Order: sequence, then structure tokens, then C-alpha cells
Amino acid sequence: MAAYILRRFVSTIAVMAMVGIFIFLLLRLAPGDPAAMIAGRNAAPQLIASIREQLGLNDPIPVQFMRWVRDILGGDFGTSIFAGRPVLELISQRLEPTLSLAILTMILSVTVGVSFGILAAWRTGGLVDRLLAAFSAVGYSVPVFVIGYFLIYFFAIRTHWLPVQGYVPFNQGLGPWFVHLILPTVALGLGYIAFVARVTRASMLEVLSEDYMRTAAAKGASSYAMLFQHALKNAGVPILTVIGISFAYLIGGVVLTETVFNLPGIGRLVVNAINNRDYPIIQSVLILTSGLYVLINLAVDLAYTLIDPRIRY
Amino acid sequence: MQMHQTARNDVLLELRDLETRFYGEESVTRALDGISFQVMKGETLGVVGESGCGKSVTALSILRLLPKVSARIVGGEVRFHGCNLLELSDREMRKIRGDQIAMIFQEPMTSLNPVYTIGHQIAEAVQIHTKASRSVAKAKAEEMLRLVRIADPERRVSNYPHEMSGGMRQRAMIAMALACSPELLIADEPTTALDVTIQAQILRLIVDLKERTGTAVMFITHDLGVVAETCQRVIVMYAGRIVEQATINDLFASPAHPYTQGLMRSMPDPRRGRQRRLPEIPGIVPSLRDPIVGCSFAPRCPFAIDICREKTPVLRDVRAGHTAACWRAEEVMGA
Ligand SMILES: Nc1ncnc2c1ncn2[C@@H]1O[C@H](COP(=O)(O)OP(=O)(O)O)[C@@H](O)[C@H]1O
Ligand SMILES: [Mg+2]
Repeated sequence: MAAYILRRFVSTIAVMAMVGIFIFLLLRLAPGDPAAMIAGRNAAPQLIASIREQLGLNDPIPVQFMRWVRDILGGDFGTSIFAGRPVLELISQRLEPTLSLAILTMILSVTVGVSFGILAAWRTGGLVDRLLAAFSAVGYSVPVFVIGYFLIYFFAIRTHWLPVQGYVPFNQGLGPWFVHLILPTVALGLGYIAFVARVTRASMLEVLSEDYMRTAAAKGASSYAMLFQHALKNAGVPILTVIGISFAYLIGGVVLTETVFNLPGIGRLVVNAINNRDYPIIQSVLILTSGLYVLINLAVDLAYTLIDPRIRY
Repeated sequence: MQMHQTARNDVLLELRDLETRFYGEESVTRALDGISFQVMKGETLGVVGESGCGKSVTALSILRLLPKVSARIVGGEVRFHGCNLLELSDREMRKIRGDQIAMIFQEPMTSLNPVYTIGHQIAEAVQIHTKASRSVAKAKAEEMLRLVRIADPERRVSNYPHEMSGGMRQRAMIAMALACSPELLIADEPTTALDVTIQAQILRLIVDLKERTGTAVMFITHDLGVVAETCQRVIVMYAGRIVEQATINDLFASPAHPYTQGLMRSMPDPRRGRQRRLPEIPGIVPSLRDPIVGCSFAPRCPFAIDICREKTPVLRDVRAGHTAACWRAEEVMGA
């Protein structure tokens, strides 16, 4: 186990190095000169040149890259070109809405998706199963912003049950915080509920036809024990895998949802940074997100051993 | 032992005209086509027949464990202590499963849940049917493992199935089945998937535990040799029906159905040592999808005459306590 974690750690470093090179090159090779952006329209060429010098943009790309890596490892993610403040500070100010949305969405889609999938598998072809088929067609194909505006129209504008947009920080009250996150969470979560439910259904169906399920029935086990103990634990590994993967996809959905619901999160930070060619912010968010993704995958792999005793590293 | 003379209240389980069908895309399989027999308290009843003749379906029909979507019991009764199990609610049926009627399956490698320990799975059976606490149930699990002669039961209770051999898993299955002292144990080919030496051990274990606990056993096998070693009475099945029923002595002394004779000829004879080639019954088992006209064994039968192909023979007494479904049973017995 310890050896496995060590091996995974080493490979994580390799992966992150590749990701780092990729992100760095991608932005350097993209058209547009950040120095010119900072200097503004009609700036004198001398000014632009001096800004380039200041930012180190004249150095060879490998030198720039090594400097960037060294800074990141030292905890320095650079300074925003546009706002002139440390990137890390900007990110941490925007972290709470994004994390709140991501975590609530995960909780919603895992609990609802897994239960939905189990019930659909329990009675294949039954009402719940057919509902799931219809629901996933919607959940998959309708984009987040369409669902978002639809929800806003019905639950905020027409009925005034919920706030239209915006965010209230956690420390200003659990209630207002939660109420503002309901619609964004549902809008973002529908697709994931469908995804998690379909995978749960498929792996439960496979497990339900196993011999040991008949053994459990022959013991006199109740339907509840059969489904939620005997079957679910066996179906757990594929379900967990999907949850890990969907967390990564979630990051893309979060950007869109933050825009629709006007949440001051990382997504909006990035969108603005892209418009402004604010390289330090874009780079940092990308590298941090990739790191998070790799960590989640490692956690998922380790969680397998808790579910299935046959998996040993 | 003359079973036909036993009093009615010695009957533990009675099947009457049981009919079970499987519904496929465009065909219906008559897996059981009117099965009737009794299991007496404390007896060991053998159920033999080639693969596909309906032995497992009989067992699963008794416990109502057939696949819900494709299978249906369309007729007959399953009387346990006189009470028709087919009329019970799901909840009442669950109380019987594992407590009064337990079952062990053919495949020890796949019949235990891979993600729970052996001890947990045995304890679960105890906890479902008694109010035993977790620790009492765990202790019972350990005791059961000792009973089925698994070495080092204190350690083995916390083993997962994949940490055990096939033979040991089958012992654990037996431990689980017997944990609530059932009145009837249905053993569906419990040794078929095992090595020959392990087979003999498991067989001896079942016979032994049966003697000790007094539970009745319905022993399903395709091997008449196994029946000879374990059972008092035998039912021979063919194509979803019972074709012969007798005490073990009567059956081996004078089989009354040509199919039984065929099975006996294809039995390895221990006195002659290992034979290189056993004479199989020629021909194949008929499809249960098409209605069968006449005797279902007629196409493979050396005794078949015109009537066999036209009229279906019913089970009839050929002697006291010995029934067979064959038009020419008397001639077959004399042959
Ligand atoms: N799950 C199933 N679906 C369809 N048909 C089945 C199923 N299980 C058994 N059958 C049919 O029932 C008949 C009896 O099967 P079975 O009782 O398993 O035989 P065996 O005597 O070998 O245990 C077989 O001919 C098979 O076609
Ligand atoms: Mg079978």
C-alpha cells in the first residue's frame, strides 16, 4: 500500500510536469501580446518593450518555464497582470462560491443519482426505470444554461420562491447561502444525476444477476438488504469511478453555471482573465485544477480498497 | 424402509403437480411439467437426472427464487408442513427461507458475496431469523465453521471468500445453510464443481451433519453414484417430469424405467476401477419448448414401441413404493 502510494505520487509528479508544459506552451503560443494589453491602446513601442522586459517575456521560453515552475513550487503563483494583485489572493477570494457549488452538486447528484439508479435496476422496465430513461435524455442533452434560465424563470421570476441570481457568503448565514445555491446546484446537477444514475443502474443490473444475490435471497434477506448491502457494495467500484470522473467534468460546468447565476466564483475569474489575457491567473487556475483532479483520482483509487477486499495495491 | 406406509404427518414437503415455465422472446419453456413428490421428515431424498431436466428449477420453485421477469409457476402446490408456500406473501416466504428451508448451490466460487467476510455472511443468516446480537451471531458463525470442520475457525471467520479454496467455500456455504437449523436442506449439486477428493469429503460432511442434526435433505445430483452413497429414496427426472421414484435399494436392484437403466450403465463402477469410456445414453434431451407427444424419452429408448410415441405414460405403481412412468415398466424390470 505504501509502495503503491509512493508510485502514484511519482507518476503524479510526471503527469503534473506534462500538464505544466502544455499549459505554459498553449498560452505562450496563443496570439496576442500581454505586454501590449497592459500598456493599453496607442501605447509607445518603448513602453511595451519595457513591460516585456519587466515580465521576462523576452527570455527564451525554457527559461521562462523554469522560472514559473520554481515560483509555483515556492508557493508564488505570480501577480495578476490586470489587477496587479497576487493571483493566489484573487483565487482564494473566489474559492468559496465555486467550492460551495461544486460540493453541493456532488452531494445532490451522488445521493439522488445512486438511489435513482438502484430503484431503476430493482424493477427494470418499471415506472422508475422508464422515468430515468426520459430524465436522462433531458439531463444529457439540454445545456446547463438552458436549464438554468428555465429554472430562474419558473422558480424565481414567476413564483418568487427563490432568488434569481447572486451569492451570499457562508459566514452571513447558512440559510441565505443555501437558498442562493439551490437553483445553480439543480441546474448543474441534473446532468450528473442522470449520469450517475445510469452508471449505477448498469452496474447494479450486472450485480443483481450474480449467484451470490440468489444466496442472499435463499438466506431470507430483505429486498432492502439485498439492494443496499449485498448489491450496492459490489456495484460500488464502477460508481465511484464515475463520481471521480464527473468531478473533473464538473469544473467545466461550474464556469457556465457561475455565469448564468452571477456567482462570483473561480469560473468568472477565469473568463475575465481570458478576455484580458491575464496569463498568470489562467495558468494558475489550470494548474491548480489539474492538481485537484489528479488528487481526486488518487483518492478514488485508494477508496476502492475500502469497498472491495479483492483490490490490494 | 417403506416410505409409502409412513403416516401423513411425517410428510415435511409435498409438491403437487408443480408446473414452472420460462417465458422467452418468442418461446415458452416448460421446465417443470407436473411434478409431484414428497420429502419425509429427516429423510435424504435424491433427485437425479441429466443436465437440463429441471432439477435446479424444482429447487428454486420450492423456495420461490426463480428469476422474476422470465419465470412463472403456473400451476400446482408446494406444501410445507401442509401449508402452500405459493400462497404466502413475500414477507412470510422470507421467514421460511434460510430458517426452515435452506439451500446450498453448485458453484462455491460465485455463490458467496466477495465483499463480505465469511463470518459476516453466516452471522447475517442468524441475525435475519433470530434476535441474536451481532456478537452472539459472530460467535455462532465461528461455531458453525467448526461444525463443518474448517480448521482455525477463529481466523477463518474474518476471511473473505477469495481467500478460501473451493472446498472450503462450499463448507462455509453449508455452515451458512445450517446456521438456523433448517428442517429441510436443499443441496443442488453441492459437489459437482469440486475436485474428486474434495467431493468425497463434502459428501461425507453432509451425510454426517444430516445424521447429527436430523434435518431432511433434498440432494440434487446428476450422479447416481452420489445418490447411492447418500440417499434413502430417489426421484429420477427427465425433461421436466418425474419418470421413476423408488427406495435406493429397489432402484438399484430393479430399475423400472429405461432412462434410469441408461443412467446406471453410464455410472463408473468402482469395482471395475476407472473406466476409460462410459456408455452415454444415445441421443439428446428433447427441447422443452415444443409440446412433447408421447413419452419424452421414446426417441432415445431401446424399448420404445408405437404406444410410447403416441401416448404419454403417467407415473404408476410397479411395486409397493416404487413408481415409474413407462408403458413397458414390467418388461424393463425383467430385462
Ligand atoms: N433462467 C432460465 N431461463 C430460461 N430457461 C431456463 C432458465 N433456467 C432453466 N431454464 C430451463 O429449464 C430447464 C431445466 O433447467 P435446470 O433445472 O437448471 O436443469 P438441471 O436439471 O440441470 O438443474 C432447462 O432446460 C432450461 O432450458
Ligand atoms: Mg442444475
